[in-house]
Amino acid sequence: MSTQFLTVSPSPHIHSEETVKKLMYGVIIAMLPALAISFFVFGIGAIYVTLLSVLSCVIVEYMLTRYVLKKESTIMDGSAIITGILIAFNVPSSLPWWAVVLGSIVAIGVGKSAFGGLGNNPFNPALVGRVFLLVSFPVQMTSWPVPFISRFQFMDATTGATPLAVIKEGIDAGIPVSELMKEIPSYLNLFLGGLGGSIGEISAIGLFIGFLYMLWKKIITWHTPIAMLGTVFVFTGILWLMNPDKYIDPVFHLITGGVLLGAFFMATDYVTSPMTTKGMLIYGVGIGFITVVIRVFGSYPEGVSFAILIMNGFVPIMNKYIKPKRFGNKKNG
Amino acid sequence: MALVINNVKTFPMGGVHPAEHKLTAGKPIETLAVPSQVSIPISQHIGAPAKPIVEQREKVKIGQVIATSSGFVSSNIHATIAGTVAKIDKVMDSTGYKRDAIIIKAGNDEQEWDESINLSIDLVKEIKLDREGIIKKVAEAGIVGLGGATFPSHVKLSVPKGKKADCLIINGVECEPYLTADHRLMLEKGPEIIVGARILMKALDVEKAIIGIENNKPDAIEIMAELVTDEPGISVQPLKVQYPQGGEKQLIKAALNREVPSGGLPIDVGVVVHNVGTAFAVYEAVQKNKPLIERVVTITGKDVKNPSNFLVRIGTPVNDLVEAAGGIPENTGKVISGGPMMGKALNSLDIPVAKGTSGILLIPNEEAKRGKVRVCIRCSKCIDVCPMGLEPYLLMTLTQKEFFDRVEEDKVLDCIECGSCSFTCPSNRPLLDYIRLGKKTVASLIRERNN
Repeated sequence: MSTQFLTVSPSPHIHSEETVKKLMYGVIIAMLPALAISFFVFGIGAIYVTLLSVLSCVIVEYMLTRYVLKKESTIMDGSAIITGILIAFNVPSSLPWWAVVLGSIVAIGVGKSAFGGLGNNPFNPALVGRVFLLVSFPVQMTSWPVPFISRFQFMDATTGATPLAVIKEGIDAGIPVSELMKEIPSYLNLFLGGLGGSIGEISAIGLFIGFLYMLWKKIITWHTPIAMLGTVFVFTGILWLMNPDKYIDPVFHLITGGVLLGAFFMATDYVTSPMTTKGMLIYGVGIGFITVVIRVFGSYPEGVSFAILIMNGFVPIMNKYIKPKRFGNKKNG
Repeated sequence: MALVINNVKTFPMGGVHPAEHKLTAGKPIETLAVPSQVSIPISQHIGAPAKPIVEQREKVKIGQVIATSSGFVSSNIHATIAGTVAKIDKVMDSTGYKRDAIIIKAGNDEQEWDESINLSIDLVKEIKLDREGIIKKVAEAGIVGLGGATFPSHVKLSVPKGKKADCLIINGVECEPYLTADHRLMLEKGPEIIVGARILMKALDVEKAIIGIENNKPDAIEIMAELVTDEPGISVQPLKVQYPQGGEKQLIKAALNREVPSGGLPIDVGVVVHNVGTAFAVYEAVQKNKPLIERVVTITGKDVKNPSNFLVRIGTPVNDLVEAAGGIPENTGKVISGGPMMGKALNSLDIPVAKGTSGILLIPNEEAKRGKVRVCIRCSKCIDVCPMGLEPYLLMTLTQKEFFDRVEEDKVLDCIECGSCSFTCPSNRPLLDYIRLGKKTVASLIRERNN
């Protein structure tokens, strides 16, 4: 015993053994059902774009942390892989390779490393990349391969519009919703993933399984997603009840155009979302509200990405002023 | 027939559930051999150290007062073995500092007890002393909170003017992993604990007492529940396993749904909490005139050969317990006095067992060191688990940046130092270390401001 040194440190002396890595890989596992369905629906294009964006993100992250930030490389923690998958989730499966790489560079470089890397970025990196691509290359970013038909095609894929765009353009042209509904896939198809759209947004069921997995593993809490989805549902529901010919029903809004993807995987990003549950609820409501405003009254058919980025901007001030309920501080004990 | 535990309660906010590792739950309390020498620190409690009243080479009997309480918040210290005072010297205690202790070497007659102590084991139910008499006896016997806080018990019983207690809570929660001292005491000394509770009720002038026990101890719940069936006013409250339920504020919230106000004490909501070990010590002091000279200590650890619950004389070196439990495992990297969540790491095995030593935990090398600290990913898990509704990540950053006015505003002084935040943090951030620093600085800033 005399030769043995005892470690002395303040309590606690045990740890939950939760690690950043475990949490991040948990998120990756949660994304797999949606990814698998997308591979099935869009075929090689989806596989190619996903692999390329993950690889680009990991390489960009490695180069920047190692040679610019001069920190220990953080690629093993899994956060760059998540950003990579999320970029793929947010783009069409026919996106040219240079756009994928460019989006990854912007996401990791501008969205994340420029602020100091993991934990310091105010805006969701994948969305920074996505929005950059959308405003720079609108044609490539809105050419949606038709499900199943183009599974073995890539650049020359047959493309069509997303259900949300069909509805949006139709309504703007003055066609009643009941007529437009004939042009979009059935709700069952929408729910399972048989529709045009970005790689990650098409399968409601896949995304939902991932959400349940993250809740079960206690990776995220329900607050942000449920607040966001509830707001979208209620807001679009009110509009629909007011004029079902001009506004489509709330279920359609929930299962199309990345609302679920945004709610489950992007609004819940640890770094860019509020710290308190109260903050998360307000944040979720804000995203839901802005999403609907953009979709219904704006010029883009979808608004989730912008809504999340806008609310990201409010997170620091929410963290400063929205405090958790303190124990023993209510009036009259 | 399996016992069905109904009406299980818990506190609503925060909390964690570390692996329980109650290795010694099935090990009856054994009396550890009386050591040939004890080092009895004169400061084993919160408050002023006791004043030694014995001289070198003076003969002492077991239970004789050797240092007297030096103020209201202080405590008597008694000889725990018979023999002679070898010296009064600086001895390292669990704080890591060398502090005054009275060292007694055993004489020839090891069993010489102070004559006033009743050594019979018969249960004495009738309480003869009145309120003042009980409080005086508890003070004389040197009883302090045996759950680990070591706050002098007579002070808690002396309810300040203008305040009134209406309920006593007996804390049998033992929410720290590994520890089973209170669990075994409830199984083996249940009737005495109930009488102890009655004595405390009389001292506080309350009609109601609740014994709070987590439901990972169904045997203790069963025994205590049976014992209170013909005890009007006393009930057993089963609690869902959740750390830090043994903390006074969490236990009161769980059992009574009352919230001790920020900066306040349990008495502010009419409650006084005493540990089951304290209730047993009160029984022995009041009914048997036996001062606090020994306590139950759990000696445990994953690689300990024979983890046990020992009845140990105060002042016994920790090493004696370790030897009795089969010796120190080769791979021991850390020795903790208390539980793994709130206990203190010791830097030697020569440290004496004190009144507040509820357990000795030997942790293997691979678990002794903390993981690598990484950046905060703002997952907000520290906020989720904080039982006081604080923001540990923020308190740490504000302390690092020395924004102490904001540290104070964000209620750092409410922190009970349970460690749930550091336990949970996936980035291994030393949240509680910095919060302690913030607390200490804010407390001294407030003192300065008031002067």
